[in-house]
Amino acid sequence: MPSQNMEVAAASDCLTGSLIIQAIKDSGVKTVLTVPDKTTADGLLRPISADAGLRQIRTCKEDETIGISAALSYSGQRSLILIQYTGLLYSMNAIRAVAVEYQSPICLMVGLLGKEPGVLPTESKRFGVRIIEPILDTMGIANHVIETDDDIEKIAPAINNAYETSSPVAMLIGRPPLAS
Amino acid sequence: MIKRDECLKSLVAKIADDEVVVAAYTTAFELDAIRPSPFNFISSGAMGLTSSHALGFALAWPDRRIILLDGDGSLLMNLGSLVTNANAAPKNLIHFVFENGTYEANGGHPIPGQDSVNFAGMADSAGYNNCHEISDIEGFENNIGSILQEEGPTFITLKCETGEEYPQDYRYMHSAKIRERFANAVKDF
Repeated sequence: MPSQNMEVAAASDCLTGSLIIQAIKDSGVKTVLTVPDKTTADGLLRPISADAGLRQIRTCKEDETIGISAALSYSGQRSLILIQYTGLLYSMNAIRAVAVEYQSPICLMVGLLGKEPGVLPTESKRFGVRIIEPILDTMGIANHVIETDDDIEKIAPAINNAYETSSPVAMLIGRPPLAS
Repeated sequence: MIKRDECLKSLVAKIADDEVVVAAYTTAFELDAIRPSPFNFISSGAMGLTSSHALGFALAWPDRRIILLDGDGSLLMNLGSLVTNANAAPKNLIHFVFENGTYEANGGHPIPGQDSVNFAGMADSAGYNNCHEISDIEGFENNIGSILQEEGPTFITLKCETGEEYPQDYRYMHSAKIRERFANAVKDF
């Protein structure tokens, strides 16, 4: 029995990239707009780049993704934005205007670079990580921490809800996903 | 130097009624006065995103030509989009930049590099398929027909100055109504 408990504990401490990608696909996303982030570079971005079922658009700066994603939504095409929290902070004016005030279905998947595994973002030693959830809450942007495989089930409903209600959502990747 | 409104009148006479035209701020006001169409997409709220909105539309509807009317100040705020757009390489994107050397919507102050920046040169270096610079209305009239037929992404700098004054209703520009107008127009694309 002790060994079983250890396996359960190990599984719950794991975040699997392929499961996240499947959840993204299950939500109807066909296009992923990206700026690389060390947290998700190997476990998400590299397999997404190689996935024939997803179109990747590489952008130079994160706020570009907000305009591209909003425009795609007029055609009914769903997209996901994969960036780092620093890029989220950089893009705040575009998010404020296009995502929040103009009520666009902008789906952000944000790597929390440097967040300590198992520690709540608001309790991280990193100032930039600590302020993300309070900023999103202040802006009225729905947000979910994706820290373990148990959290992956939040992804498809969050994206579906964003498109059904034409509102933004942020999914915060709390640890580097495994490249498997 | 091209009067911007003269150029817009000439351009809209050469495009179809249901072509999507993406514009921002002062140019958008003039466009909507000269071509009051639900297929005009007014890019507002975050200056600089015009070129990114246009890329999204070009990717969304690859069989439809997307006309982008950018400003020089706007493009400078999103200069990386030249590389992003060229790399995405939408054949249906025509990217105009009205270069008047100022942040016109923000008081008419000069842009940095007012006398030296070469937008068409930067677009060429970024990888746009075709790049042009036009500085008089005759040159525009003589070339726009063939330019519109080029396989994009195509970039055109238009050296311009303000023409007549047109109404500027910022409340309408930012309203949900103008986005709903566009959404309804393109829902069957």
